[in-house]
Amino acid sequence: MYPGMQQKKLMFWRYMFNGLAVGMAYALVAVGYSLVFGILRLINFSHGATYTFGAHVVLFFIGYQTNIWLALSASVLFTGILAVGTNKFALEPLRKKKSPPIASLITTIGVSYIIQNLLMVFMGSERKSFPNMLDIPKLDLSGLPITEPQFFLFTISFALFIILTLIVHKTSIGLAMRAVEQNTKAAHLMGINVNQVITFTFFLGGASAAIAGVLMAGYYQLVYPTMGFLIGMKAFTAAILGGIGVMHGAFAGGLIVGLAESFASGYIGGTYRDAFAFIILIIILIIKPTGLFGKKTITKV
Amino acid sequence: MLSVKGLHTHYGKIHALKGVDLEIRESEIVTLIGSNGAGKSTLLNTIIGIIPSSGGKVFFNEEEITNMPPHAIVKKRICMSPEGREVFPQLTVQENLRLGAYAIKDKKFIKGSFENVYSLFPRLKERTKQTAGTLSGGEQQMLAIGRALMSDPKLLLLDEPSLGLAPNLVLMIFKLIADINKQGVTILLIEQNANMALSIADRAYVLETGTIVLSGDAKELSKNDAVRKAYLGNT
Ligand SMILES: Nc1ncnc2c1ncn2[C@@H]1O[C@H](COP(=O)(O)OP(=O)(O)OP(=O)(O)O)[C@@H](O)[C@H]1O
Ligand SMILES: [Mg+2]
Repeated sequence: MYPGMQQKKLMFWRYMFNGLAVGMAYALVAVGYSLVFGILRLINFSHGATYTFGAHVVLFFIGYQTNIWLALSASVLFTGILAVGTNKFALEPLRKKKSPPIASLITTIGVSYIIQNLLMVFMGSERKSFPNMLDIPKLDLSGLPITEPQFFLFTISFALFIILTLIVHKTSIGLAMRAVEQNTKAAHLMGINVNQVITFTFFLGGASAAIAGVLMAGYYQLVYPTMGFLIGMKAFTAAILGGIGVMHGAFAGGLIVGLAESFASGYIGGTYRDAFAFIILIIILIIKPTGLFGKKTITKV
Repeated sequence: MLSVKGLHTHYGKIHALKGVDLEIRESEIVTLIGSNGAGKSTLLNTIIGIIPSSGGKVFFNEEEITNMPPHAIVKKRICMSPEGREVFPQLTVQENLRLGAYAIKDKKFIKGSFENVYSLFPRLKERTKQTAGTLSGGEQQMLAIGRALMSDPKLLLLDEPSLGLAPNLVLMIFKLIADINKQGVTILLIEQNANMALSIADRAYVLETGTIVLSGDAKELSKNDAVRKAYLGNT
């Protein structure tokens, strides 16, 4: 085989693994959009800022020499609480007043800027380097087109994705989540505490965003208050693309967006990278408006 | 067992219930009849807490349950099969039934409930893994009733259980309601089919535009001229 050919193949696989790793993290963030949308028919635009918050909490604790696992647990807890608080104090009052859906949507955008702004005030707006913190056993990946950070980003995101799927499909609270999603009135009649289910859903979304935030911060070794904006948009794109409200939709959507932008930036040029997710979104929505795995009936409210 | 006192319900400016009084005693079948839009469904939804009342009180076994959240009311073992079935379309028959017992933690109890519901509705047992949205209308109705029975209710509220069913199925459902009642469940039944409802009920109430206009023994009401004219379709 010619050396040039070898090189081309290697590059292909590099793009592939980079796309899969980043895409899996997108999928993890996309689930947060999907879960909340399923239950409230609301696109929670504060989700990207929630993700940012998660990464900053870890940075904050590491600054005090906290053990990394402790910092991570604190981040999951506090970010989950932030998401729950967003719902309790900003969204629930609107639902109680039966405000139009657009009011909630705008509120989530507002919350997103409040979180971002507070992070700027308390943590500074500059880009801060994030330690390559996971003190994990060295893997021998030499000769393979996948790097260690990619491997861990993919594996951990994938594992979390599976855990979230199991929660939704195999547990009692997951069954209640699906019930509320399909028929809120009947869910009340089953004795389900619907508000509690909504709270749990926001916590799950916040917690998974926190972990994704930390993983991605570790991957790029960079943290800053606006870091969640673009990834939030991309994950949202992934959720819509796969079919919002469906777990495997978020999975497929995340991987497609990740792969598409990795290949696009590899073969076409890095400048196109961020536009690519949205180009695919537009194409897929024209062909299939409900997304790849979306359910037909999406209007409810 | 259940007592409703001067209950009012508003939908915005619409005054749907205007001071309803109603009593249900243990192990009775009570039927509520009334024309479309009289407020029958509104009354059930208000009792179980889905719609807030704007006045009056509801007591269950002497305890006030007015405007409690529905999940708290269901815990007291008041269950409802709503108008229009309202099954969970993408969940299986089994999952739908499991949700009927959501408030219950005792696994043995739940297993017993499944057996009871499957023996009442063998049709459902053949379809445990089928999603509810693909069931026929009659099967969905069975599922809605079965689901309401899963947590072994003391009081069962049935909103038009025979709606849209073929005559032989209607007969079957009414027979079932009588059977469930014999198992010791008190029943409040809303029916368009007033003839049938009056034939299995102990007592009846007639609701007109948000007010109870008549009440009494079911047999006697079915002989009442005004009732015959308005609801039984004969003179
Ligand atoms: N969500 C709602 N918003 C506004 N008005 C409502 C609502 N639900 C019911 N109503 C009104 O309240 C009145 C009572 O309705 P309800 O559904 O209780 O009647 P019903 O006796 O159950 O009738 P049917 O036999 O047709 O089921 C009707 O005039 C109806 O238009
Ligand atoms: Mg009705």
